[in-house]
Amino acid sequence: MAEKETKRRDFLFTATYAVGAVGAAAVVWPMIDQMNPDASVKALASTEVDVSALNPGKTITVLWRGKPVFIRRRTQSEIAEARSVKLEELKHPEKDEDRAKNPEWLVMLGVCTHLGCVPLDQKGEYNGWFCPCHGSHYDISGRIRKGPAPTNMEIPKYEFVNANTIKIG
Amino acid sequence: MSDHEYTPKSKFGKWFNDRLPLLTLANHLTDYPTPKNLNYWWTFGGILTFCLITQIVTGLVLAMHYIAHADMAFDSVEHIMRDVNYGWLIRYIHANGASMFFLAVYIHIFRSLFYGSYKAPREIIWIIGIIIYLLMMAAAFLGYVLPWGQMSFWGATVITNLFSAIPLVGEGIVTWLWGGYSVDNPTLTRFFTLHYLIPFLILGLVVLHIWALHVPGNNNPVGIDVKKPSKDTVPFHPYIVIKDGFALLMFMIVFAFFVFYTPNILGHADNYIEANPLVTPAHIVPEWYLLPFYAILRSVPDKLLGVVAMLSAILILAALPWLDTSKIRSAVFRPLYKQFYWILVADVLILGYVGAMPAEGLYLLVARVATAYYFLHFLVILPVLGWKEKTLPIPLSITEPILGGSPNLATAKNKESLNN
Repeated sequence: MAEKETKRRDFLFTATYAVGAVGAAAVVWPMIDQMNPDASVKALASTEVDVSALNPGKTITVLWRGKPVFIRRRTQSEIAEARSVKLEELKHPEKDEDRAKNPEWLVMLGVCTHLGCVPLDQKGEYNGWFCPCHGSHYDISGRIRKGPAPTNMEIPKYEFVNANTIKIG
Repeated sequence: MSDHEYTPKSKFGKWFNDRLPLLTLANHLTDYPTPKNLNYWWTFGGILTFCLITQIVTGLVLAMHYIAHADMAFDSVEHIMRDVNYGWLIRYIHANGASMFFLAVYIHIFRSLFYGSYKAPREIIWIIGIIIYLLMMAAAFLGYVLPWGQMSFWGATVITNLFSAIPLVGEGIVTWLWGGYSVDNPTLTRFFTLHYLIPFLILGLVVLHIWALHVPGNNNPVGIDVKKPSKDTVPFHPYIVIKDGFALLMFMIVFAFFVFYTPNILGHADNYIEANPLVTPAHIVPEWYLLPFYAILRSVPDKLLGVVAMLSAILILAALPWLDTSKIRSAVFRPLYKQFYWILVADVLILGYVGAMPAEGLYLLVARVATAYYFLHFLVILPVLGWKEKTLPIPLSITEPILGGSPNLATAKNKESLNN
């Protein structure tokens, strides 16, 4: 048995294992994928919010896909503050211009990028948000400035349907 | 294993046993030779079995009344507390039972660390034990989510978000775990299913744990190999059964104290507020038994590395039989290890304390030092100690120091024969 000769039977074994593996994978995948978001969860993908009653310097929190979304109508001084920050100072460099297309309106997921807590409004060392769970400080543009969170708070896809209504998602 | 062959006395017993040797198994378990110097730290195996059975039985009953739905879970738990006959008792036993389970498992693990029970030839017993411990933590976490209070919800959010630290696929895994874009009803139903499943996995592993134990037999406070059966052993029944039973009674007094006098002291008041995805509680803390690992997580300023450190802190235990290079098992004969052992105990307690405190200032500094020391103990101190430490002479048998207190084998043997 020094030299192993490839026989017809070896081919049959290999072919059987291969078909068996494909079959097993075909059965396992539905079992795994059933845990992903289902059609009813995906159907709730967008929310419309009336922001006409929101005064400058105030934030409202709305629920979108089970997560809080902060909508802040920023004051002129807040906009100036957010736009004056140099990119070198940021852990996750992003321009405020890119985060808030309309500078008065900051729309972002109110979810700390560390472990998913909801940061508190107008708290922390940077006049923005502060996450009470593990101490992440965000500025008035929702950018991470200090603490364990790796990235800025996420900006969801949104648009102004009209002057008073924002559609998120 | 018993060396002698067992034959049932009755004719039916023999007929049955020839077809399914259950009676041989029962006989093995009663006659099982046990070192006669086992102290009370060895009674926690039995106590843990009791804890597991208690959790399964009370959990089964709770599942008859609980509703795993985001809109109804919180109310159904209150329904159990107020309406179901003895529901309050059963739920308090189950909730405090989890804490008692961990109390016992920590004593069990630290007993193993002190007496070197994880060393050859008991590595597999130890590793199965670590897997059981991991499953216990999973079951405890999943179970804590079910009442759907504020701590349930936010604990679930924080813990599942740990997976988002994994590069590239992390976010996808978290969405998959949730079955949505946040912790919600799909998350709750699957957590309930898994919480129901895990205790039975643990039960299966406990059988393997005990099976693996019965191959070499128990370690003992002296940490030497004993001949079985011999003058160094006693049969499991009645000797160990009675001793375990007495310890269990003492344990049940502590258990009952928590259930009847301070049933909520180990929980968080926030969990009596229904889950609200818009408001995070001011201070999220896990249950006390997870605090040391939580402290390790928070002591690392980087998200991914924090998660890696926390998992490593648990998984490093599985490598312990090879990290500890000393051939001597029991700390009784290892004067230096004994001191480091108590420093480790203190270190873990400190980690637990700072884990409950806010992660800032002095607490954070202490957490970092304690985390560093934890890894230092396993990765540096233990391997080096095995080579450097000058150990004390170990006795030749368990009987020897009791009979003579003399290291002289002949004297001990002489005395032993006089006693016969």
